[in-house]
Amino acid sequence: MNWLTNTLWSSVGKKLMMAVTGIGFSVFLVAHLAGNLTLYAGKDAFNAYAEHVHSLGPFLTIAELGLLFFAVVHIATGATLFYQNFKARPVRYSVNSRAGGRTIGSATMPYTGLVLLLFVIFHLANFHFADKTNTTIFQIVASAFLKPEYVFIYVVAMIIAAIHVSHGFWSAFQTIGANHPKYMPYIKGASILLSLVVGIGFGCLPIYVALMT
Amino acid sequence: MIKTINLTLKIWRQETSGAKGQLETYHASNISTDMSFLEMIDTINEQLTLDGKDPIAFDHDCREGICGMCGAVVNGRPHGPEKGTTLCQLHMRHFSDGDTVVVEPWRSRAFPVIKDLAVDRSAMDQIIQAGGYISVNTGGAPEANTIPIPQDTAEMAMDAAACIGCGACVASCPNASAMLFTGAKISHLALLPQGKPEAARRALAMVSKMDGLGFGNCTNERECEAECPKEISITNIARLNREFIKAGFFSSIM
Ligand code: HEM
Ligand code: SF4
Ligand code: FES
Repeated sequence: MNWLTNTLWSSVGKKLMMAVTGIGFSVFLVAHLAGNLTLYAGKDAFNAYAEHVHSLGPFLTIAELGLLFFAVVHIATGATLFYQNFKARPVRYSVNSRAGGRTIGSATMPYTGLVLLLFVIFHLANFHFADKTNTTIFQIVASAFLKPEYVFIYVVAMIIAAIHVSHGFWSAFQTIGANHPKYMPYIKGASILLSLVVGIGFGCLPIYVALMT
Repeated sequence: MIKTINLTLKIWRQETSGAKGQLETYHASNISTDMSFLEMIDTINEQLTLDGKDPIAFDHDCREGICGMCGAVVNGRPHGPEKGTTLCQLHMRHFSDGDTVVVEPWRSRAFPVIKDLAVDRSAMDQIIQAGGYISVNTGGAPEANTIPIPQDTAEMAMDAAACIGCGACVASCPNASAMLFTGAKISHLALLPQGKPEAARRALAMVSKMDGLGFGNCTNERECEAECPKEISITNIARLNREFIKAGFFSSIM
């Protein structure tokens, strides 16, 4: 198994782990958004959707453990990359200037990632680990978004997620070696599209719920 | 008519590798705009020498943009602000009278400063050495069409082989990663039939060497391809990734 750890712990291998787990999160985000869109159909549709998801039983648990595993890999590897990259330039430049390669997304990956981690913990504490005995999931969501500070935190977090994905998505393809003159323009386009879908799609939900209730 | 300009320069001075360095201010007057950046430093050095002071150390050789020896970070831009040029081919007409220009050496843990603007880039030689050999027969040159290579493949290999090993990619990378250089070196051999037999071993050995030398990890910032004087594309980094992943998971090399 030495070859496996050698491959995965190389610089390219670590990036590969970031890419695979990152794409996993991107798929999750799209699925999660699709489910949450039932909020626009009203509280019954949303509760029915939640019930449907929970009726998956063991499959749901497996998916959750899978996401948790992906998160651990993504965060541990990301933190390692950040530390190693910081160490790779002990003396910094006194003048910094960009040549046009860097974007807000690419320049802020570790920071937007850290904010997302904090957000995910906050988000799970609010909704996932909330006491659901005498209430419906819709009520939990609606009462959370009655608080303006919650709406604010969620909207800002979704803008940050959009920024993270705007670099992460295309970058993951480059990392796994999928850079092809025919497809790269579409991958870059999909990256911007996904970032807009995440930012606008998730970002509008708390505002809609707040205005509705 | 020769146009001349006056500049204020802040240049990194550092006695030796371990010593503490600092930016020092110099005034360059009556600089012809036809001069190259290195010729401009030459004129400062002539004055420093006349004044009995230590001239500014910097690397250079061909001064025609092909050897890869020169390079410094000019106002935060490796090889200066012009696209696709080495420092020796950067001309003073791209600067204006009265400009302040900050000149720093390549900054990377893997490139220790030797003196002033000269850095030790032997780490890049070590990556090439780790790549090893390719299998071609010695003796008389074979007939050119013995091994057919499609024109576009030959072009891609040549584009990768245009890398002059200057290190600007490392200098420009926010992570001080050497992936563009290593990607170019891996690509120009992996694309050609002559480089195929050892491709897997080469990819594993070069990446492992690169990692061990203290370069950072690529995060696809794309500053390297924007700064590379030979405009090497990051598609070569994607090819490196493919070659490495293929070799790591699917070749029989342990
Ligand atoms: C939970 C907190 C998170 C942290 C701490 C985090 C951190 C990071 C870091 C440090 C990187 C490497 C940046 C680089 O290579 O420049 C990265 C890349 C990436 N992240 Fe995250 N991230 C988090 C959440 C997410 C989420 C929710 C998604 C889902 C969209 C995501 C998708 C990606 C993708 C696709 C990449 C690119 C991988 C690559 O460049 O090959 N991340 N993340
Ligand atoms: S890839 Fe470009 S910047 Fe990097 S060493 Fe080669 S020529 Fe210089
Ligand atoms: S001195 Fe040879 S490339 Fe600049």
